[in-house]
Amino acid sequence: MKIISTKKRWINLFIWIVIIALIIAAPIFLPVFRLNLLGRYLSLAIVALGVDLIWGFTGMLSLGQGIFFALGGYCSAMFLQLNSSQAFPHGIPEFFGLYGVEKLPFFWEPFRNSIFTLISIWLLPASIAGLLGYLVFRNRIKGVYFSILTQAALLVFFNFFNGQQKLINGTNGLKTDVTQLFGQMVGSEIMQRWFFWITATLVIFAWFFARWIVRDRFGDVLIGIRDDESRVRFTGYNPVVFKTIIFSIAGGLAGISGALYTVQSGIVSPQFMTVPFSIEMVIWVAVGGRGTLLGAILGAVFINYAKSLVSEALPASWMFIQGGLFILVVTALPEGVLGWVRRGGLKELLCLIGINKKLETYPSLEVNEQGEVKS
Amino acid sequence: MNSPLLELKQISVSFEGFLALNDLNLVLNKGDLRAVIGPNGAGKTTFLDVITGKVIPTKGDVIFKEKSLLGQKEYRIARKGIGRKFQSPRIFENLSVKENLALSVSRPKTPFSLLINNLKVKQLDEIQHLMSIVNLQPKANIKAGALSHGQKQWLEIAMLVGQDPDLLLVDEPVAGLTDEETDLTADLLKSLSGDHTVLVIDHDMEFIRRLDCPVSVLHQGHLLTEGSMNDIQKDPLVIEIYLGQSEEAF
Repeated sequence: MKIISTKKRWINLFIWIVIIALIIAAPIFLPVFRLNLLGRYLSLAIVALGVDLIWGFTGMLSLGQGIFFALGGYCSAMFLQLNSSQAFPHGIPEFFGLYGVEKLPFFWEPFRNSIFTLISIWLLPASIAGLLGYLVFRNRIKGVYFSILTQAALLVFFNFFNGQQKLINGTNGLKTDVTQLFGQMVGSEIMQRWFFWITATLVIFAWFFARWIVRDRFGDVLIGIRDDESRVRFTGYNPVVFKTIIFSIAGGLAGISGALYTVQSGIVSPQFMTVPFSIEMVIWVAVGGRGTLLGAILGAVFINYAKSLVSEALPASWMFIQGGLFILVVTALPEGVLGWVRRGGLKELLCLIGINKKLETYPSLEVNEQGEVKS
Repeated sequence: MNSPLLELKQISVSFEGFLALNDLNLVLNKGDLRAVIGPNGAGKTTFLDVITGKVIPTKGDVIFKEKSLLGQKEYRIARKGIGRKFQSPRIFENLSVKENLALSVSRPKTPFSLLINNLKVKQLDEIQHLMSIVNLQPKANIKAGALSHGQKQWLEIAMLVGQDPDLLLVDEPVAGLTDEETDLTADLLKSLSGDHTVLVIDHDMEFIRRLDCPVSVLHQGHLLTEGSMNDIQKDPLVIEIYLGQSEEAF
C-alpha cells in the first residue's frame, strides 16, 4: 500500500529497460563460454529464490534443495536422451547398452512426451517437496531438526541415484550436450544462446512470482511463522498448510532451476545432490540478503561468477574465500549485503570514512524529505 | 436459561505424575468478565493451555458452545472463537502494527484467500478502529518489534479483539506495565466484556480489584473458591495460601 511517486516510477521503468536490453544484447558482448556461465548462474538464481522463500521468509533452513534441483535436471535430461536415441540399439539411450539393459525402464516412457516433461520438471519436485514437507511439518519438526532431516533426505536421494546404473546411469549421470532438440545439438552455440534468453526470462518471472507470494498477507503469515509460529496458530491460521505450500513452491522453483542448469552445463548427475552444493545455495542467499528476494538472485549470480573468476586465477583458494565470505556475513552483515544496503549501511559507511556529514541529533530533525541532510 | 459459553468439567492434567490441574470445574456464561488468581504454580497457564488445545487433559472435558473442544487443533479452536493473549507479549515483531492487525481480522484464514483477496473496506475500517481503541494509530506503519512493552501488550489485545472471538483468554496483561497503563488496560478489558466473554489471569491485586468482577482462586490445580474480590480477601483459606507465598500479596 505504498504510494510510488512518478519520479520513482520512471526510474523503475528505466531500470527495466536497461535490464531487458542487457539480456537481449548479452550474446553480442560475451563470448559463448562466458554467456554459458552467466546462463548457468542465472538458473541457479531460481533455486536461490526458493531458498529465500522458505528460509528468508518462513525461517525453515532446508539443506536438501539439491534433491529437487536434481529431479528437475533428470526430467529434462531423460527427455533429451530419449529424443535423440533412435539410432541406438533398441532405440533407447546408449548407456543402457553398457549394462545390458534392452528394455526402457517404465518411468522413462512418459518422458518421450515434451509437454509431460515440461510439466514434470516443476510438478514432480514440487509434489515430492509437498509430500515430504507435509509429513515433517505435521509432526511439528522444525529448526535444526528440520535442517538435519532435509540433509538426510538429500543423502538418501544421492545414494539412490548414485547406485542405479541400470535405471539412470548411476554416478555417471545423463549427458545432454550431445543430444538433439529441434534438430540442433543442445550444446551448440545457437541453442545455448536460446537457453540463456529463456533462463533470464524465467528468472524475472520467478522473481515476480515470488514477490507476488510475499507481497501481502500470505507473506506476512510466512514471516509470522518465522517469528512466532504458535502465535500464528492461535490467530487461527494453520501453519502446516502454509509451510507445505511454500516448501512445495520452493521445490518447484528448484526443479526449474535444475533443468535449466542441466541443459546449459551439459550433464545431470548425482553430483547435484551432494551436501556442499545444497549448503552453497544457502550461502548465496545469506550473502545476498535473506528475505529480500533480489538479494538471492544477486547472491547466486555474483558468488558463482566470483567463484569461476577466482578459480581460474587461483584454483585452490575459492573454498577459503567462500568460507570467509560466509563468516563475514554471519558476523558483520547478518541481513546480507542487500539487507545491509537497504538499512542505510552505505550511508553509514560514507559517514564512517568521513565523506558524508554526520548527524548530530536525530534524522527526523536534520534530514529533509528527499533524504538529504539540511545545512 | 441459556447454556454456558464455556464449561470445564473435572479437568485433570498430569505431567509425568505431577498434577498440574486436579479435578477443575469452571463455568463461564456469555458476556462474563472473570478473573482467575492463584499463587505461582497453581496451574493458571496450564488451564489456558487446556482450553486452547495446547495441552490435552488426562481427564475431563472442555465444552465450548455446547461442543467438546478435546483433541482439536489450536488453529481450529481459535477459529471457533477463542482468542488467547500470552503471558509475555507475543506479536509478529517484523510486521507493522497494521499488518499484525490485518492478519487478525482476515477471514477466512486460508492460504488461497490471503493470496487472492485484498482486505475489504470493512476490514480496513476495523483495523483503524482497533488501533484507535489502543491508541496505536500514530504507530500504524512502525514495526511491532519497535513498540514499547505496554504498546506490545495492547497490540496483542487488539489482535485478540480483531479475531472477534466469543471468548478472550487474557494471561497477565499488565505484567511490566506502569500504573497508568494498568488502569487503562483494566478499563479496556471491562469495556470488552458484555460483547465478549473475558477471562483474565493475573496476580496483580490492584488490577483485579479494578476489574470489579467475580474472582476464582486456583490453588494446586484445584478451584479453591469463587466470589467477589472483597469476599476473597477475607477468606481465611485464601489468606493462608497467599501468606505462605508472600506477605505483600494483599
